[in-house]
Amino acid sequence: MASRNISVSETSRPKLPRHAKLKFDETRQVWVILAPERVLAPDEIAVEVLQLCDGVRSVSDMAEQLAVKYAAPREAILTDVIAMLQDLADKGFLTEARENTS
Amino acid sequence: MSDTLAGNKTATAGPADGLAVLEQTRSAAETYGIPLAVLLEVTHRCPLQCPYCSNPVELDRGSTELTTDEWKKVLSELAELGVLQVHFSGGEPTARKDIVELVQHATDVGLYSNLITSAVLLTRDKLSALADAGLSHVQISFQGNESGVADRVAGLKDAHRKKLEVAKWTRELELPLTVNAVMHRQNLHQLADIIQMAVDLDADRLEVANVQYYGWALKNRAALMPTIEQIEETSRLVEEAQVRLKGTLAIDYVVPDYYALRPKKCMGGWGRQFFNISPAGKVLPCHAAESITGLEFESVRSNHSIAWIWQNSEAFNRYRGTGWMPEPCKSCEFREEDFGGCRCQAFALTGDAGNTDPACALSPLHDEIFKQATRESARAENRFLYRNFAGGTLETDDRQDKRQDKRDGA
Repeated sequence: MASRNISVSETSRPKLPRHAKLKFDETRQVWVILAPERVLAPDEIAVEVLQLCDGVRSVSDMAEQLAVKYAAPREAILTDVIAMLQDLADKGFLTEARENTS
Repeated sequence: MSDTLAGNKTATAGPADGLAVLEQTRSAAETYGIPLAVLLEVTHRCPLQCPYCSNPVELDRGSTELTTDEWKKVLSELAELGVLQVHFSGGEPTARKDIVELVQHATDVGLYSNLITSAVLLTRDKLSALADAGLSHVQISFQGNESGVADRVAGLKDAHRKKLEVAKWTRELELPLTVNAVMHRQNLHQLADIIQMAVDLDADRLEVANVQYYGWALKNRAALMPTIEQIEETSRLVEEAQVRLKGTLAIDYVVPDYYALRPKKCMGGWGRQFFNISPAGKVLPCHAAESITGLEFESVRSNHSIAWIWQNSEAFNRYRGTGWMPEPCKSCEFREEDFGGCRCQAFALTGDAGNTDPACALSPLHDEIFKQATRESARAENRFLYRNFAGGTLETDDRQDKRQDKRDGA
């Protein structure tokens, strides 16, 4: 059963669960997350992070990638990404890949 | 098309998570964007006979229902318009043999689908097929927390056990689950247990909805109307549970507006952010709207597009905004907040959908209706008039006696 209480760390390999769908809404020209009874509007940074959540990449890899792209300190990005993903996980919109390789 | 969607405003980004809930807030200019979600009542057929059924008194017969191809066309059109979510509802949506095909089509055109079900017709295979077709959320109605009360209210033997079983399958298939609990005088004493049942079922959300009294439910008002003491206890229980279960179970609470001072902002205001499609294809501002006689509703079978019906049809524009309002609404400072309450309730209780909803303390009829409800709740006339295609069946004395025996024995 999908755990609702995952703890996001550097080694987590998060992905969106089946019931949370990231999609570009052509009509309103915004990114949305479709969830039960709700439509969420992630900001640009959230969209960028969520697109990296494929259940394969670890949070650490994601921070690495973003640090290179934005020429920003990895540690600061890692802290922000973990906080954002944890919040999303607490709301039930993030899960972890099945096979735990960590 | 762009101007018809101009009213959709994106809420500003939220705090830490960079997420905002997309709200259908409106600018002062009266433009009505296409809703984010649409309710599809694919059939009025239902194995349950709940006395508070929210479908209109005149049910659509199976023979008048839209065909599979017609529903598919509707789904494609909705997706093109910018609708993001659809709720498959009824009646009992799984009474349609093509429900998996319809959910699959919704997925194919990019719609997020939700099933609002009584669950009693579902097998594990069927639910699994629905999940594979892309179903993303299941809402199951419960009539109580144990078979005695629940099966009596539903008017169907073994319904409660079946619902519990389907709820378990739902979570096994990793689908999010919402428990819908419709509350009234004869099951409010089970509320604490219903909340615990939702936790035990690993539900994500619980809707505690007090019965709304129009359509069929109005016929059973005397048997369903809660007492003031029950309502006070309910609010206390829900508030306590909302705090205690934060992060485990989200609880939405719909108060019974008979006991409120202000009316509910029904449907977010008529024709502002919601429409549904009836089994026969009528596009409606509310699933109870057909109870209002004298309003003509356009059908998806007409020559008009859904966008045109939403934007231009007489029924949608009749009670949009504030221009239609009589006093005391017209000069009321809250007119943009509640839009005069519920049109269906105004029609059911005053005979004119254009009157102020009597749930509002400012309505000249409020006191009279409130007193009547209080009297009814105290009379303890508990016999149900069940809802079915036969035109309704009065609960037998025999059944009531059994219930009484059970209670005495317990």
